[in-house]
Amino acid sequence: MRRALIAAATLSALALTATACGSSGSGAGSTAAKNPGQVSGTITYWDTSDAKNEAPAYKALIKQFEAKYPKIKVQYQNVAFASVEAKFKSAAQSGKGAPDVVRTDVGLISEYASLGYAQKLDGTAALSDKGDFAPGAWGTTQYKGATYGIPQVTDTLGLLYNKALFKKAGIAKPPTTWDAFIADAKQLKARAGVDGTYLNPDPYFMLPFLFGEGADLADPAKKQITVNSPAAVKAATTAKKVADEASAKIDFANSYNNMQAMFKTGKVGMVIQGPWSTADDYSGSAFTDKANLGIAPVPAGSTGKGQAPTGGHDLVVYAGSKHLDASYLFTKFMTSSASEAFIAEKNGTLPGRTSAYTPTVLKQPSIAGFQAVLPTARARVALPQVGSLFTPLGQDYTKILQGQESPQAGLDHSAAEFKKLLPSDFTIAK
Amino acid sequence: MQRLRRSWERHWYAWAMVGPVVVVIAVLVLYPLLYGLFLSFTDANEANVAKNIGANHIPATFHLVGLHNYWQVLSGADGHFYPRLVWTIVWTVGCVAFTYGIGVGLAVLLNRPIRGKIFYRLALILPWAVPNFIGVYAWRLMLNGQYGVFNRIIGLVGIPGQAWLDGETAQKVAVIIVNVWLGVPFMVVALLGGLQSIPAELHEAGEMDGASPWQRFRSITLPSLRPVSSTVILLGTIWTFNMFNVIYLLLGQNTTGSTDILVTYGYNLVFNGVANYSMGSTYGIVVLLILLGFSIFYGRRQLKEEQL
Repeated sequence: MRRALIAAATLSALALTATACGSSGSGAGSTAAKNPGQVSGTITYWDTSDAKNEAPAYKALIKQFEAKYPKIKVQYQNVAFASVEAKFKSAAQSGKGAPDVVRTDVGLISEYASLGYAQKLDGTAALSDKGDFAPGAWGTTQYKGATYGIPQVTDTLGLLYNKALFKKAGIAKPPTTWDAFIADAKQLKARAGVDGTYLNPDPYFMLPFLFGEGADLADPAKKQITVNSPAAVKAATTAKKVADEASAKIDFANSYNNMQAMFKTGKVGMVIQGPWSTADDYSGSAFTDKANLGIAPVPAGSTGKGQAPTGGHDLVVYAGSKHLDASYLFTKFMTSSASEAFIAEKNGTLPGRTSAYTPTVLKQPSIAGFQAVLPTARARVALPQVGSLFTPLGQDYTKILQGQESPQAGLDHSAAEFKKLLPSDFTIAK
Repeated sequence: MQRLRRSWERHWYAWAMVGPVVVVIAVLVLYPLLYGLFLSFTDANEANVAKNIGANHIPATFHLVGLHNYWQVLSGADGHFYPRLVWTIVWTVGCVAFTYGIGVGLAVLLNRPIRGKIFYRLALILPWAVPNFIGVYAWRLMLNGQYGVFNRIIGLVGIPGQAWLDGETAQKVAVIIVNVWLGVPFMVVALLGGLQSIPAELHEAGEMDGASPWQRFRSITLPSLRPVSSTVILLGTIWTFNMFNVIYLLLGQNTTGSTDILVTYGYNLVFNGVANYSMGSTYGIVVLLILLGFSIFYGRRQLKEEQL
């Protein structure tokens, strides 16, 4: 035991020197790259996947990793997606209890990188065959020209619909515009006796409305806040109309869970959702026949082009990790083509690597469906403050949906709050 | 100096006994408090504080800004302080008034020979025995607009389901109800203790003089309860003012922000996105000062009343 400890300490000291070299540009000199079999240590991995539906596949993959590298032990911890940001940041800053590798929402990469929490991965063993990553997924890992994450899964939002209910209501194909969406919802209510949709009031799910009008939260290049532009107001007006005319009554405190529960039991006809939710959908009574779940691009706004945000998860190595080499190897393993294909087969999520879309993976109906939707994905604004922006936006979006504020007044208020959160040279677009 | 030395010579063991506690309190309470106070005079946020993480060494670049943060808060320039303060006061007064009122009522009911007293007392303490976040989650499930038990029940008699947590007023009523549910057991237990210490002779004498039950309650029970009441009301006020769990957990993340009390608002400043340490600390210090002021004022008034 003692000898093992000394060995581990020596190795981590070696690893530190090695990374010191690595940061000066000769990453190939690290132990991880030269002699991966000799790397040892215990690393902690924070997984944010759904603990019930998705985590078993990741745990199985970690077993495979430990078998391949017997000297590395991985401590697996499942951390709730909703609280991981606050948890990781406070641990990362104090250095106490921080994981070595953390599964990170793609929207947080620029924040972690700008704050110095994420290790730069260019030239390390973690990054291999980068040309293989889907361009959208790869784009999320970049901050100021460097790589701070490795794509594990990618996703975007799509329109999920219940084919049997559509048939019952006499709807031939999924709606392609929000107007058609509302009309179909009314038809579902009238002929199939179910609610058309369940609008998720979370501000992330507002993005398809914004993108469909060509609007966005801000324009980093022009240093402008655009959240209250006429196009954005039009988007919020559409969202409000969907909430009023097409959606089941929204329970704001339980919206996500209720949306899922109602959709998978056939009580609503369509939802705007991501591929991560399909594993849960298939567990419900409405989709025991997997073919009943239809997947289509999100409806379009007045631009005629439906677009949704690029989402997904990248693996981030904590810059303060005591076992960087082991962390690199772990990250490399978890994001290899074989691993991503394995996860895709088990969980129905979309791999970040293009080579992981093997024929067996594409047999998964949810993956085949979402792969077709993926071209409609579009990157979110890459600002370190983007996580902060969603708080005031979410509050105003809730007020708009509840009818306490008009779309214009709500978004004007959001813009004023954005002004306080963004660097002082940002201005509100006229 | 002389006195100090004599005190040390005579009571050195007492100092030695207190020493560790003083150290622990200094480390656990005083240091964070002073650090928070320091941060409130700066413009520190997560992006400009010093960090030494692995190969990344980022020096601190924040500055002292004097009373700027306090001015932002107290002048209303940040646009959030006064709305949050008003709601915090409404919330505190509402919760304490209801918990105390219901607590007195139940305590009086239980403070007499009835069958199954143990059962009633246990049932009333139950909300206290459950960790409060679990209680709050249970309420969230019961109030669920699609699957909650309340809608199930009213559905049985043909009333359509309600969205219990929809809209500002509904949410505010809901959080107060849940907090009252959580707070009543403490009041009942404390007040029962107070009731039992009232000499039975007082009530007997009152009865002899022909006082009605209501008169006896007003002239004997309530005044005799005053020492206990003043303590539980003070404690209840401080706890409710800072009751984070109910507000934060019952309503989830998709709120309008108008149900935030000062502490949950301060929390959001620090734990959403790039943390704003300076404003978060400023809110913390302001909350502390408000409660300190209230406690002193309340204590003084109480003392005066007792002297009368």
